[in-house]
Amino acid sequence: MTKNLRVKSSEYIDETNRISFKFNGKTYHGFKGDTLASALLANNVHLVGRSFKYHRPRGIMTSGSEEPNAIVQLNPGTNRTEPNVRATEIEIYEGLEASSQNCWPSVEFDIGGINNFLSPFFPAGFYYKTFMWPPSFWKKYEFFIRHSAGLGKSPTSSDPDIYDHRNIHCDVLVIGAGISGILAAKNAAKNNFKTMLVDEKNELGGTTIFENNEFNKIDNKTPSEWLKKEIEELKHIKNLEIKTRTSVAAYHQYNYLLARENLTDHLETKDKTNKIRQRLLKIRAKKVILATGALERPLIFNNNDRPGIMLSSAVKKYSEFYGVACGNKNIFFTNNDSAYESALSLYNKGINVEAIIDVREQSESKIVKKVKEAGIKVYWSHTIVDTAGYKRLNSVSIMKLSNDGTSVTGSKISISCDCLGVAGGWTPAVHLYTQSGSKLKFDEEKQIFLPNQNTSEQISVGSCGGDFKIDEIIKNLNQKLKDTLNIDETDLDSIKVEIDQENSKRNIWLLPSDKPLGKTKPFVDYQNDATAKDIKLALREGFRSIEHVKRYTTTGMGTDQGKLGNMHALGIIADTAGVKMGELGTTTFRPPYTPLTFGTIVGRNVGKFFDIFRRTPMNDWHVENKAEFENVGQWKRAWYYPINGETMHQAVQRESKAARESAGILDASTLGKIDIQGSDASEFLNRVYTNAWSKLAVGKCRYGLMLNEDGMIYDDGVTTRLGENHYIMTTTTGGAANVLGKLEDYLQTEWPELDVYLTSVTDHYATASLCGPNSKKILKKIIPDLDLTDENFPHMSFKEANIGSIQCRIMRISFTGEHSYEINVQASYGKDLWKKCIDAGQEFNITPYGTETMHLLRAEKGFIIVGQDTDGTMTPIDLQMDWIVSKKKYDFIGKRSLYRSDTMREDRKQLVGLITEDPNVVLEEGAQIVSELNQSPVEMLGHVTSSYFSPNLNKSIALAVVRGGKHMMGKQLFVPMENKNINVTVANPVFYDEKNERLNA
Amino acid sequence: MFLINCPYCGERDQQEFKAGGEAHIERPKQPTELSDDEWAEYLFMRKNIKGIQFERWNHAHGCRKWFNMVRDTSNDEIKAIYKMGEKPPSQ
Repeated sequence: MTKNLRVKSSEYIDETNRISFKFNGKTYHGFKGDTLASALLANNVHLVGRSFKYHRPRGIMTSGSEEPNAIVQLNPGTNRTEPNVRATEIEIYEGLEASSQNCWPSVEFDIGGINNFLSPFFPAGFYYKTFMWPPSFWKKYEFFIRHSAGLGKSPTSSDPDIYDHRNIHCDVLVIGAGISGILAAKNAAKNNFKTMLVDEKNELGGTTIFENNEFNKIDNKTPSEWLKKEIEELKHIKNLEIKTRTSVAAYHQYNYLLARENLTDHLETKDKTNKIRQRLLKIRAKKVILATGALERPLIFNNNDRPGIMLSSAVKKYSEFYGVACGNKNIFFTNNDSAYESALSLYNKGINVEAIIDVREQSESKIVKKVKEAGIKVYWSHTIVDTAGYKRLNSVSIMKLSNDGTSVTGSKISISCDCLGVAGGWTPAVHLYTQSGSKLKFDEEKQIFLPNQNTSEQISVGSCGGDFKIDEIIKNLNQKLKDTLNIDETDLDSIKVEIDQENSKRNIWLLPSDKPLGKTKPFVDYQNDATAKDIKLALREGFRSIEHVKRYTTTGMGTDQGKLGNMHALGIIADTAGVKMGELGTTTFRPPYTPLTFGTIVGRNVGKFFDIFRRTPMNDWHVENKAEFENVGQWKRAWYYPINGETMHQAVQRESKAARESAGILDASTLGKIDIQGSDASEFLNRVYTNAWSKLAVGKCRYGLMLNEDGMIYDDGVTTRLGENHYIMTTTTGGAANVLGKLEDYLQTEWPELDVYLTSVTDHYATASLCGPNSKKILKKIIPDLDLTDENFPHMSFKEANIGSIQCRIMRISFTGEHSYEINVQASYGKDLWKKCIDAGQEFNITPYGTETMHLLRAEKGFIIVGQDTDGTMTPIDLQMDWIVSKKKYDFIGKRSLYRSDTMREDRKQLVGLITEDPNVVLEEGAQIVSELNQSPVEMLGHVTSSYFSPNLNKSIALAVVRGGKHMMGKQLFVPMENKNINVTVANPVFYDEKNERLNA
Repeated sequence: MFLINCPYCGERDQQEFKAGGEAHIERPKQPTELSDDEWAEYLFMRKNIKGIQFERWNHAHGCRKWFNMVRDTSNDEIKAIYKMGEKPPSQ
């Protein structure tokens, strides 16, 4: 089978640089400049994969990013493995390994191939129809379906490569470096526009660079010769940045585009290390010039998917550009002149062309004559009705087409061959154009969709704009460039073009066979195995919208997004349903144009940079003292401080006891802090909190509850009046940014008349919270001259003081129910303050405690945590916190909503305490609560929101929200768990020191 | 991704901004005077227009200022931008 099909040296292939690579475990050789596809074809390997549904053998079809079949797993089993890569895009390098996908045990013998013979039982919608019943069986079906479906395998270890993002701003972005793109970029740059030219290939020049049709001349040179000279000139132009191996993935509104630049994928493994593999370019362009070219269409006929059946343009590119013959006995099947160029290209290189089958009645162009002169047999008005050869095409059967093109007549002729080039005309690559929001129009004459209404500053030039002949391309490009760049003359003015191209084409979306459609397999979407039959079935079953037909048949839903077959699907629908293509519209082209790696998308945002995090000024101390951390919003907060291998439970029990019995210290720096100033500051607080603020004296603190306009609790915290017109508000750690945003919103949009200024000062201060019966003694040691008597410094008040020369703000407030102080200093002194407290507290066994102990201590007191005990559906009344809602205030945010019929319902979920019958049983947070055990289905009354074992009460305690719980005090309820039912009693949520005596202890 | 011309900072990328819903819905001056239905109208009901829409935007990662935008939701064309308190441009 292996045989060298390298025909003639090509300037793009470096035959002095021989490269070995492995495909499906077997070693092959290619040359520098080869793609995996061209190197395999040079080794006469066509069979590269199996199709998705029927597991039919499939070969390389194209030479570009539109490839539906030749998708491979790259470097399998390594940490650089990548699935679903198009063999037509991979440049080979020494040591490259690739393997086929979707086949088992091998691509040569695939057990799934049985599906091909069962295919009459696998029509469109097969899975939807079959595996629905009985519903409970889905889990069993799924196991088998998952095992037999799927494309490649994703890597299992982390990606060793580096990825990057770059922002680019340019005047003109030119996408596609074919003849149009090159001329556009050159003229834009020459006229002082900062220009960028990108192309997905590694060489510039598009298809023109290997266009050697002797009947086409530009300035008396062949198009390829002429273009090489132009490319050479590009290198000396200022203002022009050229990016090859760069594929534009997305074209968003306002000329914002994303492109992926491949930097190391073509390098040997040893050269990939420590380099950026792929870079995402985020481009803002003032003007975009789309020169994305056109994709050749296949033809839809019976068994049109065998290995060896390729696009005619691909056959030509492999021969002209890569110097590879795709077969020894080539034939072409066409509806236009393109195949004749391919045939002649092969003929000129000495490759055998057996025949051309043309659905047209005739063509008079010079190139057709030349082909005939070369002795190549042309079958006019003929179509292929069947093909043969399981793993490689070996013959085709042709018959004469009827005049209307819907049936075949006469006798069948069989032609033996090993490669068939198919030419169905050209489809402008308008994918990016439509992504930008611009609209298409169907051209009935050319049977293509063309750009029609642009939404941003953009033009489509060359074949993606509908110009296929070189003279048209240059003429229209010249005019479009002048208009869009607002220039009077270009290089294009003086170009002389001679051409011989005929536009004649006979478009038949679905070619007939001598067999009825039901007995044939004319593939429309090769990757997803959707046939013309499936599309017609969908229409018969009542699907009309193109979007529905697409989803039902999966046409165009593969990784290639149906770049080849979508037009045929539309055509077949239009023909069958008797509507016009233009009225049918197209399916939506969505980004990315070609698949992106996750690495490219995330760029540098991996590992430590995946999500930013914030640390408090005391963080080093916590680390040195072996704290475990938890994430709270973006913050890393000390969670608990295990000693001598304590478990979390042991550490928290010890910390909680110490805080109540002697002294504890908590790093509270993460609490949000908003500085509020202005002559209307008090009025502002009145409007944003539920309680009254006007009468709060300077130097006093007050707890506030903030609602949303819908009456639901949004945030809470203590606010201190520092001066007549000056407050400092604290918010929850996670809510800080949102609270500031919400307050700013009201200030700027609803109450602009208020004289209030808000400043976030969260990061400006470090806060140590000292708590416990000995906290006062410790503070006294640190600040001996501050009068700490209850008369001078009572609970809920504030003092300014100095620790040495460091100024600090001290609030006597408590979230634990103990006598406690929150000491705030400038952030840079935070660690120093902390150490001073620890040192001073030594004799009292001061115990640092983390967030877990803080949660436990506040739960003992029945203090809520917004976001844990509330979830955006709880009003202050639901929390039994009626005391904090001012009845006197005329208005505050959310007030009116507290009187809506729904928020006033008595049977809303309300916050209660729960005591377990067995004091050692700790409920699970989130566990459901019921009142009946023998009922099915049972009504859920609510759920547990906070639950701990309290070392200070020596029993388990829990907070919960229970429907109508307010009136259930003392009632027995149940918490059903997987293995047992737990008996609980509804209790007052304040479990500890109900009279608040310890605050002044 | 829009390019938004912040009336205070100039043209910036959309990722610096936060959308704030429909514009020109004034918070009732006397909420307690409203019926449940009237309050619900203010609280919950928003238009969802295909076409010209007036909306609020905030330069959240910039000057933090709120402003208004007139946008055609069918093609995302920004027709006008004006400050809070300014009259919307006549169509």
